[in-house]
Amino acid sequence: MANDTQNDRDGSDGKSGNPLSNDAALSARLGRLDQRLSTLKAGHKAETDDAERQDNNATARASALARGFRLSSELVAGVVVGAAIGWGIDYAFSTSPWGLIVFFLLGFAAGVINLMRAAGVVSDVHERLKDPDRDQ
Amino acid sequence: MDPIHQFQIKNLFTVGTFGGHEIAFTNSAAYMVVAVALTALLMLGGTAARRLVPGRMQSMAELSYEFVAEMLRSTAGEHGMKFFPLVFSIFMFVFISNIVGIIPYTFTVSSHIIVTVALALLVFLTVIIYGISKNGLKFFKLFVPSGIPMVILPLVVAIEIISFFSRPVSHSVRLFANMLAGHITLKVFASFVTMLGALGVAGIAGAALPLALTVALTALELLVAALQAYVFAILTCIYLNDAIHPGH
Repeated sequence: MANDTQNDRDGSDGKSGNPLSNDAALSARLGRLDQRLSTLKAGHKAETDDAERQDNNATARASALARGFRLSSELVAGVVVGAAIGWGIDYAFSTSPWGLIVFFLLGFAAGVINLMRAAGVVSDVHERLKDPDRDQ
Repeated sequence: MDPIHQFQIKNLFTVGTFGGHEIAFTNSAAYMVVAVALTALLMLGGTAARRLVPGRMQSMAELSYEFVAEMLRSTAGEHGMKFFPLVFSIFMFVFISNIVGIIPYTFTVSSHIIVTVALALLVFLTVIIYGISKNGLKFFKLFVPSGIPMVILPLVVAIEIISFFSRPVSHSVRLFANMLAGHITLKVFASFVTMLGALGVAGIAGAALPLALTVALTALELLVAALQAYVFAILTCIYLNDAIHPGH
């Protein structure tokens, strides 16, 4: 908040081109404002800290439940999709049962990767793919 | 007493026939219309007054906007905001229909896998089509991690592709299974109350236990309904992020 006002003031200052003494007075006033804001904020924070902690606890519990729901289906989905792809390959090329076997195992690996990614144990796809030379 | 009975699809009236198939307006469709109407009522009614200091309705509308916008910005970045209408529509539809479904004698739209699969495929196809149209072939970098030795690259790519295709499955099954299981559990415990109640005085005294549990489960179901809508929406955001920044 304090930063915003500072930026605003600086911007308008540069446009109007006030003398240096004005600048010094302004920065002194801004410093005082900063100090007052930070003390106010500290007081406010101490007041709301208790309520905030309770709130955080509740949201943490809710999001843990959400995470649990998410993780449970990730593994199953990987295995099911792998098996489905394998069965489809067997059906199309009559290579039974090798497609099902191979892709079932691959699907299990994919499910475990899904699970670990969802849990944040391994880094996400784009984190891992991050290339310094490619933009974005 | 049949706990599955609540999920039965009934034809309310027939709209017409299309290629020999009957296009029926079912109770599921009716509750979808209810969810959309309630969302429209909340958003249009809430923003009609346009007060600087919002009233109750406007506060609710603004809160739901801020919630989804914040979720989208934090997961998909500022570029993701072009998908705000999609994510907001999905979130509000799932959220309102789940909440409506908790009311006794109503129908839960998302307890049918065809509905959640349709929503998940909508997101999945949006990711693929937008990702390819925006990034071209770079989109397929999603499946090819850099810095992997050539020997195991085919294996890793196969796993990544399976992992990608398992997304709509887990995305849709999670919402569907949670709603279905929750509503069946509620129904089973509620039917214990009537069964025990038929046994006389001792039964009525005993029925207090499942009744208390039913009340507690209803509260849990309310949490699950909101949570699953949130999970569905945040996964939509995460998947859209892949379409926007595939090789990020």
